[in-house]
Amino acid sequence: MTAPISQAQIASALSRWLAPGSVLTNPEDVRPFETDGLSAYRQLPYVVVLPRTEAEVQAVLRYCHEAHIPVVARGSGTGLSGGALPHKDGVLLSLSRFMRILEIDPQARVARVQPGVRNLAISEAVAPYGLYYAPDPSSQIACSIGGNVAENSGGVHCLKYGLTVHNLVKVRAVTMAGEVVELGSDGLDAAGYDLMALITGSEGLLAVVTEVTVKLLPKPQTAKAILAAFDDVEKAGNAVANIIAAGIIPAGLEMMDGPATRAAEAFVHADYPLSAEAVLLCESDGTPEEVSDEMARMQALLESSGAIEIRYSQDEAQRLKFWAGRKAAFPAVGRLSPDYYCIDGTIPRRSLGSVLKRIYELGREYGLEVANVFHAGDGNLHPLILFDAAKPGEFERTEAFAGKILELCVEVGGTITGEHGVGVEKINQMCVQFTPDELSLFHAVKAAFDPEGLLNPGKAVPTLHRCAEMGRMHVHHNELPHPELPRF
Amino acid sequence: MQAELQSLIDQVRAAHAAGTPLRLQGGDSKSFWVCAQAERTLDIRPYRGVVDYEPSELVLTVRAGTPLSEVEALLGAQGQMLAFEPPHYGPNATLGGTIACGLSGPRRAAAGSARDFVLGVRLIDGLGRDLSFGGQVIKNVAGFDLSRLMAGAFGSLGVITEVSLKVLPRPPFELTLEWALQEGVALERMNQWGGQPLPVSATSFHNGRLRARLSGAEVAVRAAQARLGGEVVADGAAWWSALREQSAACFQTDKPLWRLAVKSSAPPLGLSGALLTEWGGALRWLASEHAASQVQKAACDAGGHALLLRGGHPAAPCFGGLDPILAQIHRRLKHAFDPKGILNPGLPGNF
Ligand SMILES: Cc1cc2nc3c(=O)[nH]c(=O)nc-3n(C[C@H](O)[C@H](O)[C@H](O)COP(=O)(O)OP(=O)(O)OC[C@H]3O[C@@H](n4cnc5c(N)ncnc54)[C@H](O)[C@@H]3O)c2cc1C
Repeated sequence: MTAPISQAQIASALSRWLAPGSVLTNPEDVRPFETDGLSAYRQLPYVVVLPRTEAEVQAVLRYCHEAHIPVVARGSGTGLSGGALPHKDGVLLSLSRFMRILEIDPQARVARVQPGVRNLAISEAVAPYGLYYAPDPSSQIACSIGGNVAENSGGVHCLKYGLTVHNLVKVRAVTMAGEVVELGSDGLDAAGYDLMALITGSEGLLAVVTEVTVKLLPKPQTAKAILAAFDDVEKAGNAVANIIAAGIIPAGLEMMDGPATRAAEAFVHADYPLSAEAVLLCESDGTPEEVSDEMARMQALLESSGAIEIRYSQDEAQRLKFWAGRKAAFPAVGRLSPDYYCIDGTIPRRSLGSVLKRIYELGREYGLEVANVFHAGDGNLHPLILFDAAKPGEFERTEAFAGKILELCVEVGGTITGEHGVGVEKINQMCVQFTPDELSLFHAVKAAFDPEGLLNPGKAVPTLHRCAEMGRMHVHHNELPHPELPRF
Repeated sequence: MQAELQSLIDQVRAAHAAGTPLRLQGGDSKSFWVCAQAERTLDIRPYRGVVDYEPSELVLTVRAGTPLSEVEALLGAQGQMLAFEPPHYGPNATLGGTIACGLSGPRRAAAGSARDFVLGVRLIDGLGRDLSFGGQVIKNVAGFDLSRLMAGAFGSLGVITEVSLKVLPRPPFELTLEWALQEGVALERMNQWGGQPLPVSATSFHNGRLRARLSGAEVAVRAAQARLGGEVVADGAAWWSALREQSAACFQTDKPLWRLAVKSSAPPLGLSGALLTEWGGALRWLASEHAASQVQKAACDAGGHALLLRGGHPAAPCFGGLDPILAQIHRRLKHAFDPKGILNPGLPGNF
């Protein structure tokens, strides 16, 4: 490494290509960028740039490439794994000025948008055509489509309509060397390797996304919801498996456990059954005929799975009320405790009940409360650990508990992250899920796009050195269950 | 099966050590189309069988050498299916080859492509390393998505040894309707349907006839039928399976057979030899002696690309040149997975 370049040098170099006011270095100006949605990690960026055009992004990247300066892309900063955490000697490249919807083609059912456009803004803009963009993260009023591509984000409706990766048509991006690439095509498949699938979920490590063309779907004619209460989480978990096994793919299949239900009820008064140990929300959408057929089948399955109470949404207002509690569940849990920590492992649905019980046991061992609100149909858990960062040692205990839950997910055949990404947060658990050979291939793939390793360095894929240290730690505690089993 | 897997690994390691290229081969059902030029063949078929299948999980894990027909029979018995309806092109097609080629059938526009259903793969890279990516769960964003990258990579990045796929329930009821229409009107209609909440699971236009398959609960299909009108096609299922395999009479031609994946709303391409349109307008079949460059240009102008399926030299699924930056990324990726270039050399094309 050559001598570090000063902030002022970088700023003055970049100012040559960017409009005035697009390069920030004052601590008070760059402070809003010091963290993303995972506020336990903070780092003031060295320099923040706010380009407006793809040509400006190219200029920034070319300069940083030449000067060997790390770059971290940032959308809306709602990420939950520290993916957009700044680099202390690097440039934070914010896409927040890329706010335009460039084209809506109702006939081909696609929209071409800039990466800073908010997820929900797309659906709002295309609503007059009876269309919408299906993946709907709970953060959809704030998160950017560029961030969604980088994280392969999911949402309540992904069980039926797919994740971000299933709803993209084309992605334009700029490589670290400043070159523009266009991935995907206007057709349904493209020539060569599927680089669009590869860049989706790559956490800003491969290229900076500058334009996204998304697929739009027709809005369903009707949607109805069922709220089913259970006196046992295991029964609720089995009900989920039974619905899927019967050949039904609900538009949404979400679960809240007792603590989460009670927190949500206290917050939004959605009239949730307070004595329930688990509540399932099942949504059916489509034509009126499809919906009534599916609702009847779901009701029968919920009853035979042991639901103690079943309610139907009688009208749209009631359907929204059912969902209100689910949508407000995170902030509702947030009211119970000074801090909470959200986990994102995915497991096979058959293990839902047993894994939830094990999580409660672990919670008692660690002396921490936990509430569960999650995408049950996908097997995507979101345990929320309640803690108080002001109490010495409590955050460390929380992190240890979280790590245990993730290892449990891997043990039952699942994964450490379903939709929030690895970022900085789960980098150690990557060593549990992947072998050194697999990790070294990840590094080689990264190098195919960014040979110098300047784009979002230190995120998503741990170095082998780091894992070697981790590995020793695990062997020492002898905690990793069944290390001999293949993790595929 | 451990011995069979080990044998594949050993063969790749030996090839890597000696620098000998390998032609990966499953059921050999697609060698009329793509076939790497290499002296030695790596036969994947011995590594076969189901690893895990639990219908309530909607996930199936099978070894790559398993015949596609076996997989479909297994799923069918549970009322499930591979929703991307891959073509077989012969009785011996394997699941590994199916994913490597990444082809999808009539349900593509409604349900998604082969890669959309890939959840995880186990593969042997060009160094002979046994690696796993993705997994058996529907949502998984740990690490780069190298499993979906295998779909359509034609074995050039790794020998797929196991695949986990998302499967779907088979629709309880299906019905095919038909209308006599001109091409332009038919294209418009297909695109309109795509924007409406209708249970259309496949479309085709051929010889002045537009066909649509409706799938779902019977009440829903009947309601859509009442709305759309048209004539019921008696042997609808036979038509879609002939289309899936390109075995329908119209595909029996001596001329080169081109498959153009274009923007669904693109107007008729204006090339002579147009055979058939499906995928709501997004896939256009052409039988013609036109120069490759001309066909590729037409596809490119319509927002897509063209592949020659039959009547060419089965070396690579010839696609038009990649942009130089993308070509460089392709070369570097190939090098990352297979530094000595021993796996299916020349595939998936020139870059
Ligand atoms: C309350 C709450 C609820 C949430 N619910 C969900 C949910 O239901 N489902 C879900 O999947 N996620 C959820 N999230 C997580 C988060 O909203 C998503 O990960 C989202 O996609 C992040 O988008 P963003 O624009 O905020 O990205 P950021 O946080 O700014 O960045 C995320 C990552 O993407 C990279 N990045 C951003 N923009 C670009 C670009 N243009 N080019 C290249 N890389 C880029 C960054 O470098 C970083 O690694 C939730 C978050 C919160 C706070």
